[in-house]
Amino acid sequence: MIEKALKGNSAYWMWLAFLSAFIAVGAICYLRQFFIGMGLTGMGRDLSWGLYISQFTFLVGVAAGGLMLVLPYYIHNYKVFGRITILGEFLAIAALIMCLMFIMADIGQPLRGLNMILHPTPNSMLFWDMVVLLGYLSLNLICGWVILTAEKKQVKPPKWVYIFVYISIPFAVSIHTVTAMLYCGLPGRHFWLSAITAPRFLASAFAAGPALIVIFCLIMKRVANFDAGKEAINKLTTIIMYAALINAFFVCLEFFVGWYSNIPGHKHALEYLFFGLEHGGHVYNNLVPFMWTSVFLCFGGLLLFGYMKIAKIDNDLLVGLGCLAIFIALWLDKGLGFVFGGLAVNPLNEVTEYYPTANEIGITLGIWAFGFALVTILYKVAIKVEQEVEGH
Amino acid sequence: MDNQRRKFLKMAGATALAGISAPAVVKLTASPALASSAPAGHGAATQDSHAQPAAHGEEAPKGVRLGLLIDMRKLYGKPELMDKAIAACNKVHNIPHYDDRKNEIKWIWKTPFENAFVDQSVYHSSKETKENDFLVLCNHCDEPPCVRVCPTKATFRDEKNGIVAMDYHRCIGCRFCMMGCPYGARSFNWFDPRDNIKEYNPKFPTRMRGVVEKCNFCGERLAEGLEPACLEAIKETGAIVFGDINDPNSEISQVLAKEHTIQRNSSLGTKPSVFYIV
Ligand code: SF4
Ligand code: SF4
Ligand code: SF4
Repeated sequence: MIEKALKGNSAYWMWLAFLSAFIAVGAICYLRQFFIGMGLTGMGRDLSWGLYISQFTFLVGVAAGGLMLVLPYYIHNYKVFGRITILGEFLAIAALIMCLMFIMADIGQPLRGLNMILHPTPNSMLFWDMVVLLGYLSLNLICGWVILTAEKKQVKPPKWVYIFVYISIPFAVSIHTVTAMLYCGLPGRHFWLSAITAPRFLASAFAAGPALIVIFCLIMKRVANFDAGKEAINKLTTIIMYAALINAFFVCLEFFVGWYSNIPGHKHALEYLFFGLEHGGHVYNNLVPFMWTSVFLCFGGLLLFGYMKIAKIDNDLLVGLGCLAIFIALWLDKGLGFVFGGLAVNPLNEVTEYYPTANEIGITLGIWAFGFALVTILYKVAIKVEQEVEGH
Repeated sequence: MDNQRRKFLKMAGATALAGISAPAVVKLTASPALASSAPAGHGAATQDSHAQPAAHGEEAPKGVRLGLLIDMRKLYGKPELMDKAIAACNKVHNIPHYDDRKNEIKWIWKTPFENAFVDQSVYHSSKETKENDFLVLCNHCDEPPCVRVCPTKATFRDEKNGIVAMDYHRCIGCRFCMMGCPYGARSFNWFDPRDNIKEYNPKFPTRMRGVVEKCNFCGERLAEGLEPACLEAIKETGAIVFGDINDPNSEISQVLAKEHTIQRNSSLGTKPSVFYIV
């Protein structure tokens, strides 16, 4: 099937070439980091996790978001999602591979990565995260490939594959839950030490993942003649709205707990993220514009969707803009704010701001570009198969 | 060592011997001053604490648990003494020097009270508290979160003596332990540390780029019968006391029994083994 990725029009190749440029830059930046040291990043002793881990966290969410297609289709037999379920599975594959790349970019001794398997340590949440991520990746590879192959041959997928489909549902929840547990079980990290971290991660994942899928569907409608169907898109935007609202609700709860309890440790990170934190005569606020952009984009997207649904407006461009707004909002919230905010105040109550370096951003963009290229190729295969079958 | 044997040693009143690989314990706990206290009483006391584990709502101590006590009263107004202790640690452990906070590596350092003891009030604190820095280092927690989170067991608690140690050859540099440690006790080698070691000590291994490091309670020195370098550097002041806090006859236990001490962030349940008299 993979040969389908090797045939495409010039736009397809231009797009892949464009991405390759970023991948090449990222690879060079990574080699520099590999040979010179992690000191090339903006991370430091006080703020020792940065852009890589935050992208990892966000992308685990994107991978888990595919659940919002798989679940209705396979459990509730919601036929409308029939054409796009495979997109959810393939997006999960690409996102998980990006996650693994970000982890490799983040660790100081990448060649020793296998120590996690050679010395399995069940008390470490990172060990479990690896287990569920690799598990979910394998499940999606199996399900996606087997189901697509069956579709190509125009036969029913073998029964056994459904077992893997059903197992993949709790796995999708588990990858993001365990990823949240990396953060929410650490004493002395007040912003993360919140039982609502995991539900909040899930809520934002269930908005961000589908939002990305809708954007891809709309793009493919224009460039690849692939129509997901109005009803499917409509249903997805409803799901995105609810999930984004629940995420916003959870964030508000964090504010309530912080301000009503008035416990400084519970307020610091939120103060730093949204208003600027005053400490020792200096105001630390480098993330404030990003967080407010996130708030406005999130509510902007929600209002747009709400208005379109009430006024029964149907416009691909508006739907795409709404999804993009919500996706960026959630990326700012989780892909930047959550990790950096939680680390700004260190355990000794010293404040450090984080500024990623050019080299670090280069690697990050390279991995994102690689992910987009992977999605492009996987989606191309999936669509070509579907179109071939329908053409018969 | 298996529990049976440990128990036997305890009963025999020879707890100190349990730290076989750490003769310093023997030395510290069997110093002449302490040897005068009746050995029988020692055995009895250990047995007692076995018999009534719930007496103070604390668990019965098991085996050797090395601890360190800093009597800040002896260091107030004398930052140069603290610098001396810090320099001693840096020297024996080949700790690289970086000028910037970002890449800094430190095992023991000075910091104001409000940063060292974040859960203590500094409202109307005394002049001494306000004006002095405090020595901080890894607490060799009895319930160490850094060990709990490490995915490779590269950081682990040595059951023989309670030291939270590191295996630099196994560490993958994920820095999860730095997230877990609520004391900021750990440093990461962002660059090759070997380029920045001022005075190389061939007796202690240098680290490689990409791994985490921290105070090791001078495990390598204890094995040679020496005391921790920071203690030794300012020994004349008696400001630092080191020994087995599970042995009621050790010097540190006796100071602990007499003086009111505090620990850093004790509310987090990490059970630090470093104590302060302030
Ligand atoms: S102080 Fe930090 S590094 Fe040391 S044992 Fe406790 S948690 Fe681990
Ligand atoms: S950085 Fe090393 S010691 Fe720390 S958690 Fe990772 S593997 Fe363990
Ligand atoms: S006990 Fe040893 S390793 Fe720890 S701070 Fe003192 S000198 Fe350094």
